[in-house]
Amino acid sequence: MDSHHSYSQVKGVSTGVSNLFIKSYVSSKTINKLIQVHDRIFCCIAGSLADAQAVTKMAKFQLSFHSIQMESPPLVKAAASIMRELCYNNKEELQAGFITAGWDRKKGPQIYVVSLGGMLLSQPFTIGGSGSTYIYGYVDAKFKPDMSLEEAIQFSTNALALAMGRDNVSGGVVHLVVITEAEVKHVVVPGNKLPKFHDE
Amino acid sequence: MSSIGTGYDLSASTFSPDGRVFQVEYAMKAVENSSTAIGIRCKDGVVFGVEKLILSKLYEQGSNKRIFNIDRHVGMAVAGLLADARSLSEVSREEASNFRSNYGHDIPLKHLADRVAMYVHAYTLYSAVRPFGCSFILGSYDEDDGPQLYMVDPSGISYMKEMTCRELVKEVAKIIYIVHDEVKDKAFELELSWVGEVTKGRHELVPKDIKEEAEKYAKESLEEEDDSDEDNM
Repeated sequence: MDSHHSYSQVKGVSTGVSNLFIKSYVSSKTINKLIQVHDRIFCCIAGSLADAQAVTKMAKFQLSFHSIQMESPPLVKAAASIMRELCYNNKEELQAGFITAGWDRKKGPQIYVVSLGGMLLSQPFTIGGSGSTYIYGYVDAKFKPDMSLEEAIQFSTNALALAMGRDNVSGGVVHLVVITEAEVKHVVVPGNKLPKFHDE
Repeated sequence: MSSIGTGYDLSASTFSPDGRVFQVEYAMKAVENSSTAIGIRCKDGVVFGVEKLILSKLYEQGSNKRIFNIDRHVGMAVAGLLADARSLSEVSREEASNFRSNYGHDIPLKHLADRVAMYVHAYTLYSAVRPFGCSFILGSYDEDDGPQLYMVDPSGISYMKEMTCRELVKEVAKIIYIVHDEVKDKAFELELSWVGEVTKGRHELVPKDIKEEAEKYAKESLEEEDDSDEDNM
């Protein structure tokens, strides 16, 4: 999930592979589903990870070329548009969705959802993946615009902990990426260090 | 100053012994012989002015435009062969449109100027085609980057080139009136456009009332100068 506040971004992803097909085991509890496509732009991937990795690899190349041609860091919207073009034009073959988020000089922190068929939507915060169904109520109730950095990190961690608590195929480790103008911080929180809620 | 090519000027794919490509230089002459186009950048926008020579009294006012809209936020004023300029304006429009389709936002002017300049340059490399016989000025205004102006000439170089927009419109009209050579050319129609804070970043033709005010100012300034000349005598 993603949330952003006035000057930076927090992206959080909990790992656990939920396979759409016959196999129903968790193939890895520790993979990182946050891919960096540029200095201040990251993508959360979902769906078929093979497809998602192929798309982000192509997008990373195109974005890097675009950024060098423009002689300036790319806009988050440009990154999201590149992903959208790839998803939309190849929608028959691909099954991958993304949350593209980052910081740019023009509009500051932004979050864009690129869905399976190639829809592009900008949102103040967003959630996705199998565990997200369990936390819609929580995030809708608890989100406030213009949170501070610490509040945003706490909000993301809580939401992920709740989802991991209820979803059988979510769990393992939380990867958080905090993107600000100045730097990018990657925080890994193992499952047993997450905030504890009432769970049976 | 007419340079005689003598055999090295027949195609764009031939260098002369002193390292010149004469076809490109001849293309630039087409621009020199055409009537004036001006683009001026001021602190809150860009103004274009073009001296359109009236070749026939039958032409309707406002026809044969020499200022084009490339995208909502970009304008182009041209000098030289008008047919070449029209084809290049279509090329620029496609570039701007493709950029928006791929990257989701307005094309930065520098990038557009570079892309069109690359296209113009490509036509200076082969003997099968001739270089474009026009130069053009691209201008745009953006909240973050401010007003920008770029010029592209037949060789394919692009280079960058400050009143408020409303005052500048009058000055541009005045320059065109001064530059217009009464003896050499006949009547002319003034075409004016602007892009800036005053138009919220959209490139548009200057509204009729402001244009008339500018033309009036230009004509009056010319008369004053004529009067002062007489006094000096």
